Amino acid sequence: MTKTVLTVDDSPSIRRMVALTLGEAGYTVIEAVDGLDGLAKATAQAVDGIITDQNMPNMDGISFIRALRQHPKGQGVPVVVLSTDSSESLKQVAREAGATGWMVKPFDQAKLLAVARKVFG
Amino acid sequence: MIPADLLQTFQDELRDLLESLDRGLLDLRGAPQDGALVAQVFRDLHTIKGNAAMFGLSDLSDFVHGFETAFDRIRSGAAEVTPEVIRLSLLARDEIPGLVAGQPDTEGRRPAIIAALEAELGRALRRDEDVAEAPAEEAPAPVAQAVGSVLTFSLQGRAFETGQKPELLIRELAALGATDLKADLSDLPGPESLDPAQCHIRWTCRLPATVRRSDVEEVFLFADVSWDLVPVAAPAAPVPDVPPYASEPEPEPVAATIRVPAARLDALMDSVGELVIVEARLTELARQSSDPALLATAEQITRLAAGLRDTTMTMRMVPMRTLVGRFRRLVSEAADALQKPVQFTIEGEETEFDKTLIEKLADPIVHLLRNAIDHGIELPGTREAAGKPTMGNIWLSAEQAGTEVLVRIRDDGRGMNPATLRAKAVAMGLIGADAALTDAQLCNLIFEPGFSTAGTITQISGRGVGMDVVRRTIEALRGTITLDTAEGQGTTVTLRLPLTLAIIDGLLIEVAGERYTLPMECVQEIVELPVERQVQRSGGEFLDIRGQFVPFIRLHKVLDCAAPAAGRQNVVVTKAGEEKVGIVVDHILGTNQVVIKQMSKLHRGVTAVSGASILGDGGVALILDVAQAVALARRRGLAADPSPQKPMTTEAA
Repeated sequence: MTKTVLTVDDSPSIRRMVALTLGEAGYTVIEAVDGLDGLAKATAQAVDGIITDQNMPNMDGISFIRALRQHPKGQGVPVVVLSTDSSESLKQVAREAGATGWMVKPFDQAKLLAVARKVFG
Repeated sequence: MIPADLLQTFQDELRDLLESLDRGLLDLRGAPQDGALVAQVFRDLHTIKGNAAMFGLSDLSDFVHGFETAFDRIRSGAAEVTPEVIRLSLLARDEIPGLVAGQPDTEGRRPAIIAALEAELGRALRRDEDVAEAPAEEAPAPVAQAVGSVLTFSLQGRAFETGQKPELLIRELAALGATDLKADLSDLPGPESLDPAQCHIRWTCRLPATVRRSDVEEVFLFADVSWDLVPVAAPAAPVPDVPPYASEPEPEPVAATIRVPAARLDALMDSVGELVIVEARLTELARQSSDPALLATAEQITRLAAGLRDTTMTMRMVPMRTLVGRFRRLVSEAADALQKPVQFTIEGEETEFDKTLIEKLADPIVHLLRNAIDHGIELPGTREAAGKPTMGNIWLSAEQAGTEVLVRIRDDGRGMNPATLRAKAVAMGLIGADAALTDAQLCNLIFEPGFSTAGTITQISGRGVGMDVVRRTIEALRGTITLDTAEGQGTTVTLRLPLTLAIIDGLLIEVAGERYTLPMECVQEIVELPVERQVQRSGGEFLDIRGQFVPFIRLHKVLDCAAPAAGRQNVVVTKAGEEKVGIVVDHILGTNQVVIKQMSKLHRGVTAVSGASILGDGGVALILDVAQAVALARRRGLAADPSPQKPMTTEAA
């Protein structure tokens, strides 16, 4: 059964890259443009994994994960945070908010796929 | 390598981001204290930087980093927005397109702008260390000598709630060669205090000696795991009473698609083309020998070659999606420039075209879209007065129909008035004042060189060059272009193109002992040429086909060959653009599949011939360009203009 991954990012380029890379690897990819949109989509249908940007309008990635973990449907879904910040403090914040993994931008398609396989299976 | 369409998305997004940046900076000039605007500018810069880095544009990424850092200082309240900050920021913003295009900064302008921005913000900005991709790999230090190690690990905290999956960790360990996996459930609490979000299992497994500590760290990169790795001197005895966890690594899925350089596909297509020729030759030889075994083999080769040809063609197909980004940008820019709000809808983005075709199709489509905005769509005020929504509409659609692809460019603009077109054409001397032309024929006059009805010449289009170039390009691709228009309602331009450019189905004919190939797609029917059906009218000869008068040309006259001996002749009724024209030939030899060979440079000036094909017996048959042959005949007074009595109907789009 194919796994569905939600990419939450205000940048169409990143969404497109995620959709292309994971799509080629057999995942079904759905897209959301910010945290609010992501929350609506992640709670409206079952997703097997989420890749979210940190810095977004309306609702940032960390707030999105916090809100997601409050929702019954958002518990247990692996979430990878994308950020240009590689500091340990961000990882700490992400982990505490309930993130499952994180990835530092820039990354290439191979790296993205490796992380997706690692965290989503 | 980054796929071209992904790069296009990047370019499109960059354009949007630059627009947003412009707006943000200009608004900020009027409201320097507006924190939301500062945040907006910062976010735009941040995204540009991130995307640039993703797409390998390190110069851009580095430049924007300095720019972004400046705005981060403003965002954090350490510096203020001044008019000079805005001025410098706009200068910096203007450097971005050049950086994308890879223009060198010979005068050192870029660092100077950033330095000035830094100075203005009152503090030299230190360029942060670039984000580290990954921590440096440890020195390879095997955890044990030759025998391996035992790993014990357990997930901490509310692991299941945050989506951690021990089975994935186990899979990764298995890929490292883990064996003897055991689960220790001794920490499992009773049902009354069991927290389903926690993983109460402690696992133990053996790892081979080749596994380093850093490999294990990599497996547990994201996991909140407490783990311990102990080297062992001797293989641990398997525990007999606990069955080993089934930890077969899942096979890596094989990539569903692979990328191949386009040149290799071209080479493959060439080889397939040669194969088709040789196959025709073999079939011919087999037929002559009447050896049943040879005939059977030749038949098999024919089938295989056809299959190979079809597969090769499919491999060369690319979706229109790869082009639409460019069209979107063009429409939005042209609409802005002309202040005509336009809704641009694209249908059939996934329709596939031959690679060569799509490369050559982009320019004509661009031209037609420009025309639609410039000449088709009216200004909002005019539209409102005509009772139309102020927002204009342009549609671009593509679909496959049999062996053709149809591309349509449609607008809901003002359309064209046949009377205006006629007046213009008469004024330009293109047609006589009393020329009997249908509306459809009048509309197609816009494809004549130098024809333009635009009152004023604009930046976007209207110089009167173009539509004839568009038509020539489309015809060179063995396609046709037709136009449908209704005054006040809009215009539809339809391009019909062959699926492929390399191999065609042909009708082999003979004139004065020479063989020629007519492209099958323009052949409509074949009729005999009985004398009683021929109608002589002023201007030429017509054939009465089921009540419709079709002009015809005698090919031997056009080609300056000897007239055939009296006897039955055949007329191949062809469709040249919008009109039907009969072509009188001596003999019909049959259908064949031909590989188009380009004419040599020396023959480039030859009209009415679009290429050559090699036949099964090794002979050459020139491929006739029907539209050109008809035009040539007209110029030499050998063919009538389309019949005025029975006007051709244009197809409804």
